[in-house]
Amino acid sequence: MTPAMLPLITGAEVTFWICAPLMVLGALGLVLFRKAVYSALSMAFVMVNLAFLYAAMEGPFLFAVQVIVYTGAIMMLFLFVLMLVGVDAPDSVVETIKGQRLMAAVAAIGLLALIVLGVGGAVTGVATGLAQANAADGGNVQGIAGLIFGRYVFAFELTSALLITAAVGAMVLAHATRVKAKAGQRELADQRMKAYATTGAHPGTLPSSGIFARHNSIATPALLPDGSIAQASVSSTLAERGATVDAHELNQITGGTFAAVTAIRDAEEDEE
Amino acid sequence: MPMIPLETVAPVAATGLFSFAWLMIALPATGALLLLLVGKPLERIGHLIGSATVLGSFGVALVLFVQQLGLPAEARAISLPLYQWFTAGNWSINIGLLVDQMSILFALLITGVGGLIHIYSIGYMAHDERRRRFFGYLNLFVAAMLILVLADNYLVLFVGWEGVGLASYLLIGFWQHKPSAAAAAKKAFVMNRVGDLGMTMAIFAMLAMFGSSAFVDVNQHAEHLDPLWATIIGCLLLLGACGKSAQVPLQAWLLDAMEGPTPVSALIHAATMVTAGVYLVVRSHAIFAMSETASLAVVIVGTVTLLVGAWIGTSKDDIKKVLAGSTMSQIGYMMLAAGIGPDGYAFAIFHLLTHGAFKANMFLGAGSVMHGMNDDVNMRHYGNLARYLPITFITFGLGYLAIIGVPPLSGYFSKDHIIEAAFHASPVIGSLALIGAGVTAFYMTRLMLMTFLGAKRWPKSVHPHESPRVMTIPLMILAGLSVVAGLAMNGWIQEWLEPAIGSHPHEVEWLPTPVGMLTMLVVALGVAASWFVFGRSDIPATAPVSRNPIIIAGRNDLFGDAVNQALVVGPVGHLARGVVLADDKAIDGAVGTLVATLGGLSKQGRRTQTGFVRSYALTMVAGAAVVGLLLLLGQMA
Amino acid sequence: MNVDNYLYLAVILFVIGAIGVMLRRNALVAFMSVELMLNAANLVMVAFSQQYGNLHGQVGTFFVMVVAAAEVVVGLAIIVTIYRTRRSTSVDDANLLKL
Repeated sequence: MTPAMLPLITGAEVTFWICAPLMVLGALGLVLFRKAVYSALSMAFVMVNLAFLYAAMEGPFLFAVQVIVYTGAIMMLFLFVLMLVGVDAPDSVVETIKGQRLMAAVAAIGLLALIVLGVGGAVTGVATGLAQANAADGGNVQGIAGLIFGRYVFAFELTSALLITAAVGAMVLAHATRVKAKAGQRELADQRMKAYATTGAHPGTLPSSGIFARHNSIATPALLPDGSIAQASVSSTLAERGATVDAHELNQITGGTFAAVTAIRDAEEDEE
Repeated sequence: MPMIPLETVAPVAATGLFSFAWLMIALPATGALLLLLVGKPLERIGHLIGSATVLGSFGVALVLFVQQLGLPAEARAISLPLYQWFTAGNWSINIGLLVDQMSILFALLITGVGGLIHIYSIGYMAHDERRRRFFGYLNLFVAAMLILVLADNYLVLFVGWEGVGLASYLLIGFWQHKPSAAAAAKKAFVMNRVGDLGMTMAIFAMLAMFGSSAFVDVNQHAEHLDPLWATIIGCLLLLGACGKSAQVPLQAWLLDAMEGPTPVSALIHAATMVTAGVYLVVRSHAIFAMSETASLAVVIVGTVTLLVGAWIGTSKDDIKKVLAGSTMSQIGYMMLAAGIGPDGYAFAIFHLLTHGAFKANMFLGAGSVMHGMNDDVNMRHYGNLARYLPITFITFGLGYLAIIGVPPLSGYFSKDHIIEAAFHASPVIGSLALIGAGVTAFYMTRLMLMTFLGAKRWPKSVHPHESPRVMTIPLMILAGLSVVAGLAMNGWIQEWLEPAIGSHPHEVEWLPTPVGMLTMLVVALGVAASWFVFGRSDIPATAPVSRNPIIIAGRNDLFGDAVNQALVVGPVGHLARGVVLADDKAIDGAVGTLVATLGGLSKQGRRTQTGFVRSYALTMVAGAAVVGLLLLLGQMA
Repeated sequence: MNVDNYLYLAVILFVIGAIGVMLRRNALVAFMSVELMLNAANLVMVAFSQQYGNLHGQVGTFFVMVVAAAEVVVGLAIIVTIYRTRRSTSVDDANLLKL
């Protein structure tokens, strides 16, 4: 076999064929997971893979930016907001808008087919590669910097204005004006006593979560002296999600262990 | 009438002091800006600033005039280009000043008489809380009027033309709290617009014909102008002149304009602005020289107006309206002279200047009388004021003698020349002008008799008194001018103006000619008739009911308003109501139907809006797919 | 390797993102789908940058990222605001503008 017959496999190609299927899977995960947190993680996975592709396509600067800005900053912002607001029940699988799924499928397939038809094979010729362009200024970062601060400097300055505006806009949107004066210690105490007097609500702190031999997480409820579960000791959110541990099971283990320990101690006492 | 194009001398470029000719305009313009824009801080010295700028302007004009006197005749016309205003296509309009023999005389009249009137106004308006604004407007007027007469082309002249129209509007309506004053201002403004239409169209026609609106170019190329176009431009210019100078048929606004403060009547509606029409006709002598029809139209307009004005003057009881009628009549004389052609141009300007002096004098005198009579203008409430207002009586009397043409006062020279020139041109016109002179003598004598002589008729609450010095001194100066202006300029002015306007009048006589003798006889008859009617018997305090159609017509301004109402206001009103009806029914109906249809469709279309973002996203994606499909099909086709 | 493969990958990602926007009710997930579509477009730009041997495509991607960052900040703020008033992040619940 002559060298010309050898399929020319480059590092970029290998990277592509590894990353591309993973990316498609990640993207499908984004759409299909019912829990938003999983979707977000799939999205982060897609982005990291995309960063690898950038690296393979001779864009080390974009590789870094993709990881730092997209995956590191933007996706974390998403997760942060998810934790803040999105922890309600997972999406229902029932579609509420009539015909939405069918139409969406038709539109998506139509779009896919059209774009593939339109762009497929439209570009011919082997990729030029960026080796020369990157080398011209002494490196990829220098090359991009030359463009940003040269030809695109005006757009660059505009983006700075855009970012400032976005920051201010986010603050304005997320800011909630206090409608009445903040309650001080005195007022809070009064409120608690009033609640105790009218509804009998416990004026003290809530009981802490339970501590068992094998579990001490906030998901474990505490036990009252009579052995019943103190409902106030676990967060209502966790209770709603059904994420609490059944205290009775834990108690049984503890009780069993305690009984065993007691039996040994009794036996030792008997020996004496 | 022989019509021959005349050689006029081309202006030479300005040098030396003439380079500062723009100061004449800049001074009052600055005054107006200061007084109107700075406002309150100048409240206490506004009248002094206003007067000082005009007097300064007079100083400049005087210096330039003296300089001109020292120059040879052909070098006296000075052009001072200032800057290029705009260019459009082949046209380039430059702003420039033309200081020639005619415009310097106008500048002297405007700033001289204007300055005296400013000083007079200090006293007259002393108790008006808006005196600063009044002086601001007066300065604005003087600046605009100077632009009008100093402009070197018609377009710049038009700027001044509109400027004086604006100032006139503001000043007639100065006491805007009076509905009559506000209405009079609006009337003057609207009727002036009719004249301006003629003016603008004349300028357009000149630009089309000559490619320029500069006086130099127009004068130079007018010789080759098609006579039809000369007639058209001439008639359009005449229309503009009629509007500004209150000539028939656009005369109706001048009588109402007397609603303004009396100094305004003296400055704008007697001495300067209303004579702008005469200036325009004389300035356009090259055009009128090419069209006998247009010149004839000017003569007819002038003759009719001089008779109409005199007629109105005979039957009014309002002292200012008598003077306004008289102004119309005298401007009619000037128009007549200007229409006669080269024989009359110099006389038109001559009469314009002397009239500026004696009519301003008489208006200010009337203001002085009103000042003493608690602003009463009805002459039937006057009588025997000569004893109480001696200075006003004497100065007014000199003006009176000047206007009726008693030798050797100014009116004698200037008016007799016009009548004589009219007889030269046509005996009919001459006779009519002669009759006008008699009627002038009649109504002016009536005014004198009713105001200053006879028995006193004012109520007990009125205490006539002489005006303060600041008002009487301008009166004395103007009276002095009324006496000597004719003597001083007779003979000289024709020569002086010749290079500028190409007049070549016949030799003037110092001694009365047969026509002059005849004129004096007619004037004497007029005076006698007036004394016969008004001097011998007591004058009733209210106007007696008269069945004499001549008197009724005169009291109603010859039904000028009724004519306007019937010919213009009524039909336009009907048209407007018709248009409103059509708008309400047809157009609004059509629009309403369209709106209802679209509204109904929208109501249906609104149902497609579900409010679900995801549906919109779907639509967008589908839309993108469709666009892609179309692009693909387009590629394949 | 030809740019075609990258294009196909980008198209697939783009369409998956579009499906996510069309079908997911959770505003955050829909928003992430939009980000996925943006990333697909970025991929195309970088791919063509390599195809033609100049850096303009990469600079374009950089700008898209900057704009996306700004957009995410404002978008998330809006979602938080809506959540605060309506206690929901479902895009179907924000439909006050319809009749």
